[in-house]
Amino acid sequence: MKIPIIYNIRSLKERPVSTLTTAAGMSLVVAVFVAMMALASGFHAALVKSGSPDNVLVLRKGANAEMYSGITRSTANTIAGMPFVARGADNQPLTSPEVFVVIGLNRLTGGLANLVVRGVSPRAMQVRRGIEIIDGRELRPGASEILVGEKIIDRFANTGIGETLSFGGRDWTVVGHFSAGGSAFESEIWAENEQVMPVFRGEVFQSVTFRMADPSSFDGIKQTLEDDPRLFLDVFRESEFYQNQSVILTQILNFIAVFIAGVMAIGAVFGAINTMYAAVASRAPEIAVLLTLGFKPGHVRSSFLIEAVFIALLGGILGCILALPINGLVTSTTNWNSFSEVAFAFRVTPNLLVSGLVFAVAMGFIGGFFPALKASRQPVVVALREA
Amino acid sequence: MPLVEIKDLAKVFYRDSQRIPVFDGVNLEMEQGEFLSLMGPSGSGKSTLLHLLAGLDKPTAGRIVVGGADVTGMKRRQLAAWRAHHIGFVFQFYNLLPVLNAYQNVELPLLLTELTGRERREHVMTALGVVGLSDRAEHYPRQLSGGQEQRVGIARAIVSDPTILLADEPTGDLDAKSADEILTLLQRLNEEFNKTILMVTHDAHAAERAHAVMHLDKGVLSR
Repeated sequence: MKIPIIYNIRSLKERPVSTLTTAAGMSLVVAVFVAMMALASGFHAALVKSGSPDNVLVLRKGANAEMYSGITRSTANTIAGMPFVARGADNQPLTSPEVFVVIGLNRLTGGLANLVVRGVSPRAMQVRRGIEIIDGRELRPGASEILVGEKIIDRFANTGIGETLSFGGRDWTVVGHFSAGGSAFESEIWAENEQVMPVFRGEVFQSVTFRMADPSSFDGIKQTLEDDPRLFLDVFRESEFYQNQSVILTQILNFIAVFIAGVMAIGAVFGAINTMYAAVASRAPEIAVLLTLGFKPGHVRSSFLIEAVFIALLGGILGCILALPINGLVTSTTNWNSFSEVAFAFRVTPNLLVSGLVFAVAMGFIGGFFPALKASRQPVVVALREA
Repeated sequence: MPLVEIKDLAKVFYRDSQRIPVFDGVNLEMEQGEFLSLMGPSGSGKSTLLHLLAGLDKPTAGRIVVGGADVTGMKRRQLAAWRAHHIGFVFQFYNLLPVLNAYQNVELPLLLTELTGRERREHVMTALGVVGLSDRAEHYPRQLSGGQEQRVGIARAIVSDPTILLADEPTGDLDAKSADEILTLLQRLNEEFNKTILMVTHDAHAAERAHAVMHLDKGVLSR
């Protein structure tokens, strides 16, 4: 880089309208790109947070989702009695055999949504760290009571404490609201497993989740349970199970982000090409002078490329600023594994912002390439005569 | 051995299929420290000759040797590096970069050297001192008069101490007083600093300030 960068910066300031218009175009592309990626990132994070690496999730062999699984009470008891299951302060196994059902509830904004009702054991909150009652109280054994995840509260009717929701042929009283560190559990309704089981599924659980006494021994635990012909089970580390659930939709959302931003980027790149061609044309005599002074065509090419990238970077920064306010905004989508609604927050991470800036720089590079090439190849003598 | 040797130089321009010969068989020799002016009617090829000498254009035939280096045999990239060290160019319309101040304009050729920032500063201030504009270093071209702009242009041309100074109608856009100052400055550069100068001009009075006046007309160069 021989031509001073101050030359490019001041040249941009000399034509503020075209510089800002081009940067604004790019900022919209970057904002959409970051927003879409933040959507995917938020969904992925919500599911990843649902699982703990210290926990094991057990399903019936061949069932790749809780919805299709069935585990008998005796199998659940066998698992609870295994030595690798961690125990609480009362020396009882930290295990939660759970019932998993999906019900339809009307959204406040209209339309029916599928929600997960999870029948949990009284130890569920010990097995899963990060679950916290933020309002109300815990479930009372033997009662038709429910806890409502905090992402459901404002979006569905009758979810306030003391109110009643009807499903499964029974009325269920809301006794508490819970948070779960932003995970997908916050989009669920929890009740006691022994209350949910007879109403929906009969004498069968859908999954068993337990805390490992030694998390590093997962491979051995998996082998022990999966190899036992009496049990007929598939065993997952809980964190990996939920992470895998997010893969397909996250990939689709990422693809849509890249596709939409890509289509928009084509327009922005043409805008940059136009701006830079105009800059090259209007500064032909200056380019000729630089070449006359002994600057090489490569120097001129780099200089104009840097100028284009600088405009793009400006657009990228503006785009990131535009996208920032969506951070934390809650939206929802369907978890394709359970066909139930998962509410989650847009997640604008530092990595995403860097990706947005890299995307902007790429647009600037592509948009500036041919004009920069033209600048470096222009006939010096012709431009000098026009000076 | 002359500093500049031009032998049998020919240049033909082409417009579509039309052949436009500018000159053919031009010969010229310049000694170190010589100050020559070149006159001729518009379109006679004066500027073209200057451009060829600076390696900005390729001749159709012939050879140009400057300081022992064959300019006509050089590639485009080689020419750029050679020009940075050996050619100082003064333009009719000054051609300063409007977004850079006088100091930054004069510094440009030095950015192609290995000099440190401090050394560059010394060179730039010396060059601005020679043209009498030390106190205008921070001024932008739009804040300078035409004569001052041209003096900055000359400072830019001499700052890297080139082998030869090529001036393409350096007074063509100036009033009489400013033109006289520029010609005096060029004379001083020649006499005090032994600069070799080839100046294209339309002005006979300006041409007389050189050691010798040459005429280029209908493709023929004569003293």
